[in-house]
Amino acid sequence: MQSMRILIIEDDREAAAYLVKALAEAGHVADHAADGEAGLAMGLDGDYDVLVVDRMLPRRDGLSVIEELRHRDIATPALILSALGRVDDRVTGLRAGGDDYLTKPYAFSELLARVEVLARRRSPAEGSTLLKVADLELDRLSHSVRRGETSILLQPREFRLLEYLMKHAGQVVTRTMLLENVWDYHFDPQTNVIDVHISRLRSKIDRGFDPALLHTVRGAGYVIRDGAQ
Amino acid sequence: MTALSRLFRTTSFRLAAAFILVFALNGFFVIGYIAYNTRVLINSQHVEMIDAEIAGLAEQYRVGGLRRLVGVIDHRSRRPGASLYLVTDPTGRNIAGNVGALPPGLLDEPGARQTAYERLDAPTDKPDELRQHAVVRVFVLPGGFRMLVGRDIAEREQFRDIIAGAFRWSVLMTVLLGVAAWYFVSSRVLKRIDAVAEESRHIMVGDLAGRIGLAGTGDEFDRLAESLNAMLDRIEQLLRGLTEVSDNIAHDLKTPLTRLRNRVEGALRNAPSEEGYRAALEATIAESDELIRTFNALLMIARVEAGSPDGAMTDLDIGTMLADVAELYEPVAEEAGVEFVVEAPAGIVVRLNRELVGQALANLIDNAVKYAAETGDDRKPRVELAACTDGGRILLTVSDNGPGIPEADRTRVLDRFVRLEQSRTKPGSGLGLSLVAAVAHSHGGEIRLEDNAPGLRVVLDLPASGGGS
Repeated sequence: MQSMRILIIEDDREAAAYLVKALAEAGHVADHAADGEAGLAMGLDGDYDVLVVDRMLPRRDGLSVIEELRHRDIATPALILSALGRVDDRVTGLRAGGDDYLTKPYAFSELLARVEVLARRRSPAEGSTLLKVADLELDRLSHSVRRGETSILLQPREFRLLEYLMKHAGQVVTRTMLLENVWDYHFDPQTNVIDVHISRLRSKIDRGFDPALLHTVRGAGYVIRDGAQ
Repeated sequence: MTALSRLFRTTSFRLAAAFILVFALNGFFVIGYIAYNTRVLINSQHVEMIDAEIAGLAEQYRVGGLRRLVGVIDHRSRRPGASLYLVTDPTGRNIAGNVGALPPGLLDEPGARQTAYERLDAPTDKPDELRQHAVVRVFVLPGGFRMLVGRDIAEREQFRDIIAGAFRWSVLMTVLLGVAAWYFVSSRVLKRIDAVAEESRHIMVGDLAGRIGLAGTGDEFDRLAESLNAMLDRIEQLLRGLTEVSDNIAHDLKTPLTRLRNRVEGALRNAPSEEGYRAALEATIAESDELIRTFNALLMIARVEAGSPDGAMTDLDIGTMLADVAELYEPVAEEAGVEFVVEAPAGIVVRLNRELVGQALANLIDNAVKYAAETGDDRKPRVELAACTDGGRILLTVSDNGPGIPEADRTRVLDRFVRLEQSRTKPGSGLGLSLVAAVAHSHGGEIRLEDNAPGLRVVLDLPASGGGS
């Protein structure tokens, strides 16, 4: 993953310092703004890949910062952080121009995965009809999947799961991201539902092939990538 | 504000004033109508009588000429009654009749009119004053003689006085009765309203368990008190929910927090190696994740219980909805060796919150798979997810053939953090069913736990139109 420039607009200095440090460890450059006005000014100036915006900020609230940026044609993807986690809060956040919504408290791995996915949103893989990872190919038009010379038969939901993973090939996607994007549910699925779906998918695309492409990232989620890289 | 202006601002005063006005107007119209019509009737009677009299006199004149006419009038004039007669010669001198005085010039013009007059036999202390009134008709007879036939209208005037008196009395009575009604309303009805207001104030500042007393008459005040009591029930229930949440937090979050703290402390004191620290930290993260999860679930239940289901109600095909959730859990069931059956008829559209009902069903399926997997004997573990309609309701059922829940425990398990002995060993927070119950209530429905013989059947009974609350 290449380095990204990230703007963190967050009034809790300790949380912000932790984020800046953790993002730096992940190879990214993060700036910090402590209130809404400063965040807006920096968002207008700097050339950032992603904004991480706390919803409740002094001087100007997070949603209004995003609205103002969108109003001025700045389309930098924004991840909203909020202590409010109701379905309609999420909807309001996304309606204001946010691109993703994460409820506090969150695991850093969850935030990192979402930020990286947002930053790569506008990458060419997003729109292409043929997704490829090593010798695994997914054709979005004909809904067919093949690994090398072997054609693989997937259930519709397995297809969407693989499609999402391959669209973000090389990036870690978390269980909640999969539940949100593949199943369109935002609740906490208690048990390891997603893991079971992944292991099913894995048995279809990886079993009997070498190298394995679908990897589990401990404490974070899953990633599909060419093992050789 | 003065006492008087406060009095004017009471509803009873305004009501009484309005009623007095309405009834006074009503009396005015009724009496006015009667007065006008009787006047018309009496007038027409007078005219008829005069006409009959004239017809008789004309006959006499035709038979016996002026002499006979004078004779008859002279004779009739002596009879008591309201009839008036007068005959004058060409010089204007009275020849016969009972009319003593008339306004000057009245006899010059023939025709009918109303006039003042004085009777011949009236006391003559004020000779020039004409105190009586009559309807008269004047004729010119051959030879310059003039005849007047009329009828005194004192009767009609008396009647008018009676009507005017009745009108005054009715207004007086209306006002008196209105004031009496006002007194009654303010002393009886307003007292009850004030009592209700007073009692609710007491409840507000004091014990929320108090309720407003009912008079037992079932009238509007009882109905008002009943709704207020229902509102108090709801407030108390919400408050109890809030108290429960804080109690639960105190109780069930403190324990893991203490455990967390102890673990960190123990690691600081004892851990010999980096390996040991790492293990302790990883365990700490896992534990705090569990805590966050519990905390989120608690908040969610409280939110769902407190209000509308996020306002995100949509019309959904229940078959698709069930298939979605089932598809999510089907691999889990398969992995646990549980047969998973879905029976949802197509084409039933229900208004609900997909996210909440989805989560409720997920919780139920999760439980069902967990318990079906331990059927114990030779039964093949089986979970069934089904939907059917019943009148205006939609029943979503999740049944398993696991050990089930004893009847005595079925209500209790819906409470927060309640976990039956047999399930203590399994992962879970004891909040799953509480959330399902909260979701059912927020949709205007209910949750029922039934015996699946063997196993447990949970029924989500929801209004198909999306009742909401």
